[in-house]
Amino acid sequence: MKIAMRFLALVLLAALVAACAREVTPEPDRPEPTPPPDRERPVETDRIDPRDFTDVRNLDNPDSLLNQRVIYFEFDRSNVRSEFRPIIEAHAEYLQANSSARVILEGHTDERGSREYNLGLGERRGNSVQELLGAHGVSSGQIEVVSYGEERPVCRASDEDCWERNRRTEIVYTAR
Amino acid sequence: MYLPEKSILTSVTKVRVFAILALLLLWPALASAQLRIEIVDGVEGAMPIAVAPFAWDSQTPAPDVRVDEIISANLRRSGLFDPMDAEQMIDQPTRPPEVRFGTWRMLRVDHLVIGRVSDGPDGWGHEIEYHLLDVHTGRILLSQAVGVSPGDLRFGAHRVSDAVYEALIGTPGAFATRIAYVVVQNLGEEDEYFELVVADADGHNPQPVVRNTQPILSPSWSPDGSRLAYVSFATGRSNIIIQDIYTGQNHVISEARGINGAPAWSPDGEQLAVSLSRGGSPDIWLIDAEGQRQPRQLTHHWSINTEPAFSPDGRSIYFTSDRAGRPQVYRMDADGENIKRITHEGRYNSRPSLADDDRYLAVVHSDGDNDFRIAIHDRETERLRVLSDGRLDESPSFAPNGSMILYAARHEGRGVLAAVSADGRIRQRLVVSEGDVREPAWSPIIR
Repeated sequence: MKIAMRFLALVLLAALVAACAREVTPEPDRPEPTPPPDRERPVETDRIDPRDFTDVRNLDNPDSLLNQRVIYFEFDRSNVRSEFRPIIEAHAEYLQANSSARVILEGHTDERGSREYNLGLGERRGNSVQELLGAHGVSSGQIEVVSYGEERPVCRASDEDCWERNRRTEIVYTAR
Repeated sequence: MYLPEKSILTSVTKVRVFAILALLLLWPALASAQLRIEIVDGVEGAMPIAVAPFAWDSQTPAPDVRVDEIISANLRRSGLFDPMDAEQMIDQPTRPPEVRFGTWRMLRVDHLVIGRVSDGPDGWGHEIEYHLLDVHTGRILLSQAVGVSPGDLRFGAHRVSDAVYEALIGTPGAFATRIAYVVVQNLGEEDEYFELVVADADGHNPQPVVRNTQPILSPSWSPDGSRLAYVSFATGRSNIIIQDIYTGQNHVISEARGINGAPAWSPDGEQLAVSLSRGGSPDIWLIDAEGQRQPRQLTHHWSINTEPAFSPDGRSIYFTSDRAGRPQVYRMDADGENIKRITHEGRYNSRPSLADDDRYLAVVHSDGDNDFRIAIHDRETERLRVLSDGRLDESPSFAPNGSMILYAARHEGRGVLAAVSADGRIRQRLVVSEGDVREPAWSPIIR
């Protein structure tokens, strides 16, 4: 239910972002009278640099790494694969720049093996991400690790495709 | 000969009054949740036995519950008996002098159970009088009476089944016991919810004792069968809760930072071994059931240490650890000393469950990464034997008499419960009409 709600929120946000983008994009094409050059960049504030990982708006910007919040793992492993490091580094930069922001790192596993062992494995996956965030200077007070083990899958089939999607750490912002 | 079992009468009465109360409160939830037990594999040459219809010798109208049918069903379910259908019986004696042994010998029955249900001695409830006879020798092997409170004939029939089983097999029966399990309703839907359910061992009388939208797992019975410890995510984080199944009273006994999981009662019911990650990684801790004493850390290792299980004498704790790289079962003294690896066969062995002695351990076992099965490890021979044939079998739980192992399996894409005899010859599937079932725990013998 929680996941479904989150998904709904994401869809709504995406729709909002899309709506905003439509309003903004025509502007450069319009040959409007140029604003006085000494005025302080009135339009520029609406433009988001997706690589500015300190900008809260990038959390909802599909073009930004900050919008990616799921780190995937191999079976029975908890080491972060190199391809996911840039995502974690982006969030580290954001959390450092926004000291009131808080995240829960939700560790998850696939359905194989025993449930309590998987709670441990899920926590390890959360911890791996936490350690990387810490190594990039994020204060431990901003992070909490919660393991759900195999209890909250995003995919229900018993096959490798699903298992891959379920072996994950989700970075969930509880305060931005 | 009458042997009124007074102590049973009082304890049964107390238990049942609460159970009936809980039943009434939870009535609407019950209709859809009934468990059905299917026997997948039985034993060749199961013992032929006949349970003749019991006489109803009471002022009250006969209920739908047929004591003899329940006994027959129990014995059949054990896989060790082949009870005769009532229609095939030529006569239906209810007292020993009425038995014509020649008739039963002709029907190729080894043993005969007869009896009658009458009103209780003081007008309260009923009394089940029963006799177990050896058809070949004509001897009476058992003659007893069991007192039951009103509406409690099923439980009485389970007690008779236990006595018959013990007289013929030599080990106590486990019919008058209960099982706890978790059911997920509306799995994967927006209105998904989790229920912790307690039912009789034959699947009847399912009673949801906890309901939550957040995950519930790892139910564990107190040694007296009155309380369940379990893991709840109701707060969004894992907590360990103890719940009285009769009064519904509950309290959180562990809510430390990190994982609070895998509760297992000590045999004296005073402490629980649990897995807590408050120290940074999951370790086995001992906590007080009443919250009187400070938690005590038993393992100190960076690996995952979880799924503790006490030996019946309370001196050892078995647990899962991946300190050697992959999950395997270890044993230690109850104070955390002398840790020793127990399982060596296969890449994955976890979640130990002990029989009535600690010779046999049921575990979740895997050779590769894809098939997880229930196996039994014999500590005497140090051999491991795979008992189940599923792909995602888990959560083994021994019957209190060591005869069967209840576990969670998948059948047609759905979580179901299954049971296999400790020798692997008898297989059953327990099917709930709705929901995804998992995390079974077999109760101790309820006295």
